[in-house]
Amino acid sequence: MVRRRPAPRRARLDELGLKRAFAQRLLPFLVAAMAFLAALAIAGMLAAASLARHWQEGAGASLTVEVPDPEAPATSGGLPRAAAVLATLKKTPGVIAARRLGETEIDALLRPWLGTTPAALGIAVPGVIALRLAPGMALGAADAAQLARLAAGIVIEDHGPWLARLSTLARSLEACAVLALGVVGALAALVVAVATRAGLSARREALEIIHGLGASDGYIAARFAARTTMLAGLGGVYGALLALPVLVILADLAAPFAAGAISAGSPEAMGEPAALLAGFLALPQSMWLALPALPVAAAAIGWLTTQSTVRQWLRNLP
Amino acid sequence: MISFQSVGFSYPGVGSGAGASRAAVLQDISFAIPAGGFRWLLGASGAGKTSLLRLLYLAARPSQGEAIILGTRLASTSRHERALLRRQIGVVFQDFRLLGYLSAFDNVALPLRLAGRPEGQIRADVAEMLRWVGLAERLETLPAMLSGGEQQRVAIARAVINRPRLILADEPTGNLDDAQAERLMQLLAELNRLGTSVVVASHNEALVARYPAPALRLEAGRLVADG
Repeated sequence: MVRRRPAPRRARLDELGLKRAFAQRLLPFLVAAMAFLAALAIAGMLAAASLARHWQEGAGASLTVEVPDPEAPATSGGLPRAAAVLATLKKTPGVIAARRLGETEIDALLRPWLGTTPAALGIAVPGVIALRLAPGMALGAADAAQLARLAAGIVIEDHGPWLARLSTLARSLEACAVLALGVVGALAALVVAVATRAGLSARREALEIIHGLGASDGYIAARFAARTTMLAGLGGVYGALLALPVLVILADLAAPFAAGAISAGSPEAMGEPAALLAGFLALPQSMWLALPALPVAAAAIGWLTTQSTVRQWLRNLP
Repeated sequence: MISFQSVGFSYPGVGSGAGASRAAVLQDISFAIPAGGFRWLLGASGAGKTSLLRLLYLAARPSQGEAIILGTRLASTSRHERALLRRQIGVVFQDFRLLGYLSAFDNVALPLRLAGRPEGQIRADVAEMLRWVGLAERLETLPAMLSGGEQQRVAIARAVINRPRLILADEPTGNLDDAQAERLMQLLAELNRLGTSVVVASHNEALVARYPAPALRLEAGRLVADG
């Protein structure tokens, strides 16, 4: 039987017959699974980082000051205690905004706990002043002392302990996501190494012949690496594409919790296409950068692992 | 130039580590072949001819002694240097050692591709070489579709396509008819006349008689005659 040579002649000959190795056909799908998990881990890492930042910028920068007996006169200045404290806070360095919560707002805050308004139960509630501080600023001991001199018994609630716990939680989540990413990367390298070793075993005779004809380790490793890099990169593309709709759905679900991510209204109100678009928009920019990086990272892992595995294996030959 | 000084070779035997036993295949082999020399390598089956050839084409490394191949001292070469050295050695194997998934053309072209020759030059040279060995019509045929003699001719074409400085042949006429064997010997003699060193392992005494040349004779892993 005679095979006719295609014209023009193909540029790159598969001397090692790598296209026929079964394990290599399986490789893209295994790497795709790794890339999918990596995408989820990256999403978790970015979400944890975003939450930590959100908490730092939100809870960390906001304070409440409770002024008991708010309408009684302050110790100086002749103003009511709440008004005097508010006026002082507005002049305090680092305070961006300060306002006293109205009676309606306080009633709304307490209704879930009391079942009715405080007035209906005859409970005297303190005046509540909400503050926003500039990033990195805090009320110092001197500021607190000055406020206490104006209105004894005030309570400054800076959310510090909660914030510390939440920050620790966020950092732990980030660390877990980084660890998961590392494990996924190591697994991908392992999968590539196993596939490469299977390919080496399947092609042992051909490798010995080509080695005997003068092929250098670099030449053989490059042939294997070119194949696995392409397959791993392809797996990375599959994994990223597979992860995209999942991430969009997750981002869509998380959108209401992300301040300012979507301002055009709820997805339900926008209809299905608009909801999908909202999901895409809700994906953070860093995720849009990470997704295309997945095939690149998979290809890089494939190249490095194969080069290392093949060169190590070739040491068995003289 | 090829020079062996007290070369020994043994395959790993039973066990591992320091306590492993090794089966000696070649012992205290010393000889020299000048550049452009021709040597028959003679001996009964199991005498060590194939092992000596393996040392010569760098498929194995001496367990002891000093070997110099084409002027290069093997003990001090890097892996890359050994790869480059292999490109200057053409080998005709007893079992052909063709790549079954490549056509006759691609098998013969392999040494040239490994040497980085442009594809345009490769086409012309390989086609001419296969025409010379009588396989002009079988360029695209896979080895499995060729007869034993045709496979042997492809193997010969592959061994000489890049004009090596040293040609080693292990029972090269074993699968050839008399006419083809004669033709092969004429080719080897011609290459030798042009300056290529040639070592041919054979136990075909009639063939050796037709082409008188110095011989290395092995018996039980030892060199018993040189000349």
